[in-house]
Amino acid sequence: MKPFTYVKPPDFESAIPAGAAPRTKYLGGGTNLVDLMREGIELPDHVVDITGLPLDAIEELPNGGLRIGALVRNSTLAADPRIRSRYRVLSEAMLSGASGQLRNMATVGGNLLQRTRCPYFYDTTAACNKRRPGSGCDALEGYNRNCAVLGVSDSCIAAHPSDMCVALAALEAVIHVNGPAGVRRIEIADLHLLPGDTPDLENSLVPGDLITAVELPPPLGARSTYRKVRDRSSYAFALVSVAAALQVEDHKVTEVRLGLGGVGAKPWRAREAERLLLGGPADESAYRRAAEAELAPARVHADNAFKVRLAEATIVAVLRELSLAGVNR
Amino acid sequence: MTLDDTVHTAEATGGKYVGRSIPRVDGPGKTTGQARFAAEHSYPDLAYAALVYATIARGRILAIETSEAQAVDGVVAVLTHKNAPRMKPAGNLSPFDISSIAISTSVNYLATDEVHWNGQPIAVVVAETPEVANYAASLVTTSYEQWGAKVDFASEVPNAVPDKGIPFMTGKADKGNALGALATAPFTVDLEFSTPQYNHNALEPHATTAVWNGDKLTVHEGTQSLTGVQGQLAKRFGVPKDNVRVLSPFVGGGFGGKARPWAGTLLAVLAARATGRPIRLALTREGVYHTVGGRTASIQRVALGAGTDGRLASIVHTSVSRTGRVGGMPERITEVSHEMYAAPNIHLQQSSVKLDLVSNTFMRAPGEAIGSFGLESAIDELAWEIGMDPIELRMINEPDRGPVSGKVFTHRKLRDAYALGAERFGWKEREPRAGAMRDGRWLVGMGVATAHHTAMQLTASVAIRLNADGTVVVRCAMQEMGMGAPTVQTQVTADELGVPLESVRVEYGDTDLPWGSPAFGSVQTASVTSAVLAACTKLKQAVLILAQRQADSRLKGRKLAELKAHDGGLYSGAKGHKYTDILAAAGREHVDVAYKPNIPAFLARTVRDVGWRPKAATGAQFCEVRVDADTGEVRISRWMGVFDVGTVLNARTAESQLRGGIIMGIGMALSEHTIIDHRTGRIVNPNLSEYHVPVHADVPHIDVHFLNEPEPHSPLGLLGLGEIGVTGVPAAIANAIRHATGKRVVDLPITLDKVL
Ligand SMILES: Cc1cc2nc3c(=O)[nH]c(=O)nc-3n(C[C@H](O)[C@H](O)[C@H](O)COP(=O)(O)OP(=O)(O)OC[C@H]3O[C@@H](n4cnc5c(N)ncnc54)[C@H](O)[C@@H]3O)c2cc1C
Repeated sequence: MKPFTYVKPPDFESAIPAGAAPRTKYLGGGTNLVDLMREGIELPDHVVDITGLPLDAIEELPNGGLRIGALVRNSTLAADPRIRSRYRVLSEAMLSGASGQLRNMATVGGNLLQRTRCPYFYDTTAACNKRRPGSGCDALEGYNRNCAVLGVSDSCIAAHPSDMCVALAALEAVIHVNGPAGVRRIEIADLHLLPGDTPDLENSLVPGDLITAVELPPPLGARSTYRKVRDRSSYAFALVSVAAALQVEDHKVTEVRLGLGGVGAKPWRAREAERLLLGGPADESAYRRAAEAELAPARVHADNAFKVRLAEATIVAVLRELSLAGVNR
Repeated sequence: MTLDDTVHTAEATGGKYVGRSIPRVDGPGKTTGQARFAAEHSYPDLAYAALVYATIARGRILAIETSEAQAVDGVVAVLTHKNAPRMKPAGNLSPFDISSIAISTSVNYLATDEVHWNGQPIAVVVAETPEVANYAASLVTTSYEQWGAKVDFASEVPNAVPDKGIPFMTGKADKGNALGALATAPFTVDLEFSTPQYNHNALEPHATTAVWNGDKLTVHEGTQSLTGVQGQLAKRFGVPKDNVRVLSPFVGGGFGGKARPWAGTLLAVLAARATGRPIRLALTREGVYHTVGGRTASIQRVALGAGTDGRLASIVHTSVSRTGRVGGMPERITEVSHEMYAAPNIHLQQSSVKLDLVSNTFMRAPGEAIGSFGLESAIDELAWEIGMDPIELRMINEPDRGPVSGKVFTHRKLRDAYALGAERFGWKEREPRAGAMRDGRWLVGMGVATAHHTAMQLTASVAIRLNADGTVVVRCAMQEMGMGAPTVQTQVTADELGVPLESVRVEYGDTDLPWGSPAFGSVQTASVTSAVLAACTKLKQAVLILAQRQADSRLKGRKLAELKAHDGGLYSGAKGHKYTDILAAAGREHVDVAYKPNIPAFLARTVRDVGWRPKAATGAQFCEVRVDADTGEVRISRWMGVFDVGTVLNARTAESQLRGGIIMGIGMALSEHTIIDHRTGRIVNPNLSEYHVPVHADVPHIDVHFLNEPEPHSPLGLLGLGEIGVTGVPAAIANAIRHATGKRVVDLPITLDKVL
């Protein structure tokens, strides 16, 4: 690992200027950053450990929502009774990610900014525009089974790996940031950037920006769930995942949210599918049509064409399950 | 921990301990951290090494820039082909030179500027800490002249060349006219199967601690073959074998990946020689993928022809495997078809290609793990074709004699295994139609396949000491990688000598001990047990002679064969002496015996046996799978394996071996896959994050049953069981998926996109 300096500031006043210095990284749980430093992919000169900051509370908001501190551990968030009862999709998404040990370390802020698992990003001998801008993309003609099919570009087809972010996209979470320019709020949809010609630019933060919290709007009326499809039962990133909320009244869809994981270059909000579903019939063929419409713009490569069919099938299965569960209740 | 007191083989051995579920003697040491593995030995002045790997598949190093690495604080040396001392050449793997089996590749690391695979070590960095060594290694830069390389197995398959095979183990067979019979058979299946490369992924990545003292070398190494490592190191570093001591009391899993010394071992020793410092080289997981060969990728064709009664008329089984251009052996994939089903016409042929990849190597049940996938899937498909129960079809074709050799089996209990398994697993609950069993969103399927592993035995030497206090020390340079080797030899010795288990201590894992058998090919337990039995007999004979020298001996005139060893002594009925009394009366501190096998006689017997009695462990694998109707996700819900492995010495450790094999088979079947970039030959997923071994949630409860009938020609009636567990597993799963969904998947791993 390349040598670096390490500080653990006690307050924002010292943390943010330290974080704004060139070639500096904030350190949360370290489950992603430290791995990447070991592999020679992240090469910061300075590491600012933020775990001494008071950002580990989950607070009720007057509007009925919740504010989750950026240092809340993934396991704490998943187990919180308020999350489990009011935002089931988020609790399930958290529990489907990584392993128990990793979730105990990983923070909400770090989860938001975790980097792709594209194998060519991880291999410093490979061409990767995200890691080394302008070097090319070995995934295009190489092994791309895990890569994205939505929002991809000619310079990058890496998938966003987070489960949590998919649930947050469906819930329309808001990210609180404190940075050199003061505090601001970013809609989750605007946090992550599509690769375009600059896959190295992954989010709308600027140097020194510190994520302080994730705000959840008041709970939806709809039932929600998270379904993750992968090659083994646990401890694997999603091939496809679906975060969904669905409310059905009189056989009509009255509220729906859909987020997709594993298929998007960023956590994917399936707005087209939602648009088609809302107000329409709550039946299998409507689900299928909506799913197909969402996936219509997909751009597939040699190994990941199956993701289109898999995503469609999973969307349909999840909506079916939610509508049946609603009827039974 | 409870002691399961079920006596499995009282009849077979008359023993008190053999056959019981005895906890591992090394268990407390391992669970309390007392057991020290190869990378846990400290020496004053110890330095740490890290490897630099080539990033092209084939070519020549034009320049290697080490000054930046050299400049890092704490770097001791950067060794490359420019400055490293030369090792002697490796030579080539040869079927005619048994000691050559320890050659992992022919590449002479750091003595050449040539690159033979993407990931070949091209430099070693030695530093004061492992962190500095790893960091400095990342600063070495290299430029290459690239040569054309063949790295993609699938595209080389058309160029495969038939294998010659090795003595006693030819994959080839021709009996009757198999292709002709296939053409006229009323029922046929003709399928092509593929399996990917797999890697071993032992819990303990390969590690070596090497110390030179003059021209004497001590190496701490996790190995499956102490003598293999010792011999290779002596040869490569030009010192007598006796100057090399290899210590390997604990091995954190091997699975074949530690059967030979690979680059890490050689380069740790080289770095120690070059720097004059003790060196520890612990490979990263990625380093293991780059430098230790895995299981070959393969293609198989299995074509079966059968009559309307289900009797096979023809078996065609051909295969292609791959070696490295710089080493490895073609895999004996079709061997399983030599032994499995009776048929008048059989054609078996193996071919292989040479690729510019790290040499392939042994991985649990080489040949049979892959071959049984093809054959046992095809037989299942034939059952669908005919409309017959797949167990019934197997029983109809169960041979009386070796189908190719015509020789009598020493022992073949597959009918019993299937009968017991079918009953216990509830096979009759299986709805014969495909896709007819359902549980909510899951399609449910049941499948079976036969497990088979040819049994072999090598030789070992053993020394035993009986002390005046009645304790016993058994000494043998065998290996323990978690199978329970010292535990079962403790049991065998205690029974043979009639002493309590606690009185016996087994010393192992050290080349200073009498040489043992390697721990591969499922040979170790049979080989060492045979030697321990012989040594115990020698010891009792020696003690009897001591006893008979006493004027008042109650054993006067008795022959050893008339006596029984029990209660810590030798007795004829109630008359006899305790060992402690015999040694006290004789004024002896201890009695020592050494058993050394007569190798020419052993070889002669082996040749004869291989010729006239095929000996194998067999079993029936039963599984139930659930397939998600929407997504194609496959999950295993139940498993049962019924095995005929002869006498079971220790049910606890035996079950654990078989269960581990089954889990490895589940990985082979569903998720494991070493992905090799078809352009660069670089391994794309050299880590446990993306190489998906089964996790706990993938593994159902696994029931293991033994028939537990002694094999008539083996020591104590035992058959090696380290490898059989994995055989048949991928086929049983594929067959269950076929039942659940109607789909025959012929390409491993069966990921959901192939089922969707
Ligand atoms: C083997 C393995 C399997 C995994 N499987 C999954 C999975 O299935 N699903 C899944 O979703 N994830 C998975 N993960 C990823 C895991 O969720 C992330 O590693 C984790 O959430 C990152 O959180 P952290 O606190 O450890 O982040 P860190 O590693 O500390 O940081 C990650 C990044 O975020 C930045 N950062 C951290 N906190 C802040 C902040 N407050 N403000 C600004 N920047 C910040 C850091 O600078 C760094 O760039 C897996 C990880 C591993 C190692």
